[in-house]
Amino acid sequence: MTALHPIPTGRPEKLVVIGNGMAGCRAVEEILARDSKRYKVTIFGAEPRVNYNRIMLSPVLAGEKAFDDIVINSADWYTDNAITLISGDPVVSIDRAKQTVTAQSGRTEPYDRLLIATGSDPFIIPVPGKDLPGVVTFRDLDDVDKMLAAAEKGGHAVVIGGGLLGLEAAHGLALRGMDVTVLHLMPTLMERQLDEAAGWLLKSELERRGQTILTGADTAAILEKDGHVAGVRLKDGKDIPADIVVMAVGIRPSTGLARLAGLEVERGILVDDHMLTSDPAIMAVGECVQHRGQCYGLVAPLWEMCRSLADAATGAPSGYEGSVTSTKLKVSGIDLFSAGDFSGGEDCEDIVMRDASRGLYKRVIVKENRLVGAVLYGDTADGNWYFDLLKRGEDVSDIREALIFGQAFAMGGGASNDPHAAVAALSDDAEICGCNGVTKGMVVSTINGGACSLDAVRSQCKASASCGSCTGLVEGLLAIALGDEVKAGPKTLCKCTKFSHDDVRRLILEKELKAIPQVMQELHWTTPDGCASCRPALNYYLLCAWPGVYVDDQRSRFVNERMHANIQKDGTYSVVPRMWGGVTTPNELRAIADAADKYGARMVKVTGGQRLDLFGISKEDLPDIWADLNAAGMVSGHAYGKSLRTVKTCVGSEWCRFGTQDSTGLGIKTEQMTWGSWMPHKFKIAVSGCPRNCAEATIKDFGVICVDSGYELHVGGNGGIHLRGTDLLCKVATEQEALDVCAAFIQLYREQAWYLERTAPWIERVGLDHVKAGLFDDPEAVQHLAARFRYSQSFMQDDPWARRAKGEDAELHQHLAEFRPFPTMIKEAAE
Amino acid sequence: MIGDWLDIGPVTQISPGNARTLPVQGGEEIAIFHTMGGEFFALVNKCPHKHGPLSQGIVHGTVVTCPLHSWNISLKTGHALGDDKGCVPTVPLKVDAGRLYLLREAVIGAMAPERAA
Ligand SMILES: Cc1cc2nc3c(=O)[nH]c(=O)nc-3n(C[C@H](O)[C@H](O)[C@H](O)COP(=O)(O)OP(=O)(O)OC[C@H]3O[C@@H](n4cnc5c(N)ncnc54)[C@H](O)[C@@H]3O)c2cc1C
Ligand code: SF4
Ligand code: FES
Repeated sequence: MTALHPIPTGRPEKLVVIGNGMAGCRAVEEILARDSKRYKVTIFGAEPRVNYNRIMLSPVLAGEKAFDDIVINSADWYTDNAITLISGDPVVSIDRAKQTVTAQSGRTEPYDRLLIATGSDPFIIPVPGKDLPGVVTFRDLDDVDKMLAAAEKGGHAVVIGGGLLGLEAAHGLALRGMDVTVLHLMPTLMERQLDEAAGWLLKSELERRGQTILTGADTAAILEKDGHVAGVRLKDGKDIPADIVVMAVGIRPSTGLARLAGLEVERGILVDDHMLTSDPAIMAVGECVQHRGQCYGLVAPLWEMCRSLADAATGAPSGYEGSVTSTKLKVSGIDLFSAGDFSGGEDCEDIVMRDASRGLYKRVIVKENRLVGAVLYGDTADGNWYFDLLKRGEDVSDIREALIFGQAFAMGGGASNDPHAAVAALSDDAEICGCNGVTKGMVVSTINGGACSLDAVRSQCKASASCGSCTGLVEGLLAIALGDEVKAGPKTLCKCTKFSHDDVRRLILEKELKAIPQVMQELHWTTPDGCASCRPALNYYLLCAWPGVYVDDQRSRFVNERMHANIQKDGTYSVVPRMWGGVTTPNELRAIADAADKYGARMVKVTGGQRLDLFGISKEDLPDIWADLNAAGMVSGHAYGKSLRTVKTCVGSEWCRFGTQDSTGLGIKTEQMTWGSWMPHKFKIAVSGCPRNCAEATIKDFGVICVDSGYELHVGGNGGIHLRGTDLLCKVATEQEALDVCAAFIQLYREQAWYLERTAPWIERVGLDHVKAGLFDDPEAVQHLAARFRYSQSFMQDDPWARRAKGEDAELHQHLAEFRPFPTMIKEAAE
Repeated sequence: MIGDWLDIGPVTQISPGNARTLPVQGGEEIAIFHTMGGEFFALVNKCPHKHGPLSQGIVHGTVVTCPLHSWNISLKTGHALGDDKGCVPTVPLKVDAGRLYLLREAVIGAMAPERAA
């Protein structure tokens, strides 16, 4: 492209601008600064006012600024520069042949050059009620006025959309005294700018301020009363009252005019590096354009576009190459910054720093020694520095170790190459562990006194024993004092954390951590969203710690538990309906046989636990087969889960000539008490009617051997790879006692074992005496543990198959779509 | 331009941390992933180890852990990570105006040649 050569008319060229917004006016300013003589400018604006700073509408709504404060160019600017402003009169058509534009009022204006800067239109989700009075968008001053009018009456505001704009609207309305609910479709607020961890911190902070934030909330309809908006209905059936509804779900480039005029438009108006459209007499700039495939919704890129536009329009083309953007949330008291690509990945190095006590989360992403992304929450002072490094694509290997600590530290001289230097430089009375008030001197003397591992330091001087945020500092001191002699601490839960399973379990309770991102934040996880080892473990620990409160995270479950069936080597599933105590009926057998036929089971197998397993079921058919089995009265056998699997029984006193007690009946009662419970690992029970032990109760996690005088209770058996016979736990006289001890033992195991540790290795690790002490030292312990178990069971005994059969999580079983290539295409592909 | 890409629907049909599948008639099923960080990726739904359905694994970062034997597969490159060796074909994917597109050529390329003929 070459410069726009002046048109030799002998008079200034006529430049008409459509759009009196941020980009349109900035472009004019830039052109005037370069050559104030060349153009005679006319600006059309749909809004009946002068040019103002749209970004500042948020502070206007929040009451922090008045409209006058946010005007960029007052009426004088237009007159001083001989610009004709035609405001409140939108342009409705462009005639490219005649080179004229026509506005709504009928006014027609000729142009030599046309500049389209129409910005974007708020996206309105097409739900019933979207046009009701009281439903507003957040785009211009009129919208703000509507919101302010509503806020004066108080009441409820619902903001649909938890992105930048929605949250700023919610903040403003809350400050104006409204009761605000934010509905966000995605599970993470501002998911395009924030990762899960930062999104979670933001959500907690907004909730602390009194807003209600519903994530995963899909709007079904906007409700009406007396011709005005009255509420919002979600797809899950929930109704939320509303006196005003703000739609802030996104924007799309305003391209209607350009399309009508026959310019090339995709998502936005297509422009080249000089902001020229497909018609060389027409330029476009701002949110309405698409440049090198990108559309932008922030001002920084617009400024860059305007500069290159002005360069081209005044004969010195420079060329715009696209922008990297960064985001800040303008909600007072919340510091949040994100820039670049923060999605990470294995070819990227993810450096995460979490400081729970100060509410900080920082994450920088380095790829091939260059910074490619950053997310900062709580302290954004270094945002600009990171953004600058990112834009310049500078090699950061020299400051790699200190990068996460920010500019002051990273640039602070030679010390930065040695990660321990900072710790070494601390004075002896510097506090290392805030929770326990331990100074550097105290830690050092503990180490000198013989503590040569993190664990030893923790237990001897308590540094890093509470929240653990100082673990890195303590390790630094250990490394300085002992060099290579540092002994490894106990096995950590996984490589994402320094904490052991026991520490994590303890801290979840002590610090009342109730969500996975919260645990990761508070316990200083070093990865943004964990790994395949820690996610399922944390999900279980939280579920166990907070029954009825914690919401299960199915993304953190292994496929079998997510699909409620066993995945087999060919990717099909097997399905095991529950048969209480191993007892079935002709009707159940018929239903199982019918299901096997109907869904093409390729094998029906009696399992080791006395149940029937149907193999070869496809994931699409699972909800249907479950519906059929449910209809015949059967529920999921949980044969897939880290959960109670089966209670195996023998026939006992009812039929067997040796039987001493009703082992089948007790087995059924036991299974009815324990089914559905999630455990650290799979859990099996058996009840035998006499010491002949036909149900093989002595190789189960919990086994009952009925004897004349009562019940012998056994624990910790394992028939798996490492065969282990049970230990005798105790003997009790009645069925009820047997059930209570069973519940108590299970709860002790649930509360203490590490995730993926079966009872046998658990008991070998902690010792049978520890288990006995936990159950029997305190005469009330069995009752307390059993009560806790039953309480959690009140939430868990809910057949997952029934919920799936009713359509819950249907998408897990469905394909996205199916691709059927057309025959011609198939031929082409083959050629 | 549009013709080269296959529109497979809105981004909202896959929530972050989850994956969904696209069977290809006469070809390999494709798994489409949405990471917790908000990115989308598409791979042939077949683990390089013993063909486990990757779509059913746990997603963390830009990695999926295969549900069968826990190999970690990069969603970006399709390569097995760590000590494991192997690679699964990736399918170029782009997100535009809230919709997901797969490169048509790569989808067709995922078809077995004898079936495609
Ligand atoms: C509440 C709010 C907060 C924001 N916060 C930030 C922020 O913190 N940081 C940031 O970088 N960005 C922010 N933005 C985005 C930023 O304001 C936009 O990126 C910027 O305003 C876009 O400039 P523009 O000129 O392309 O569009 P606009 O500023 O929207 O200007 C377009 C103008 O064109 C007019 N128009 C449209 N069609 C016609 C027509 N046919 N005839 C005549 N006139 C027409 C419109 O009325 C409008 O005045 C925010 C936006 C909003 C709404
Ligand atoms: S364990 Fe005893 S009661 Fe049960 S079936 Fe065997 S012999 Fe009979
Ligand atoms: S098939 Fe994927 S790890 Fe074995």
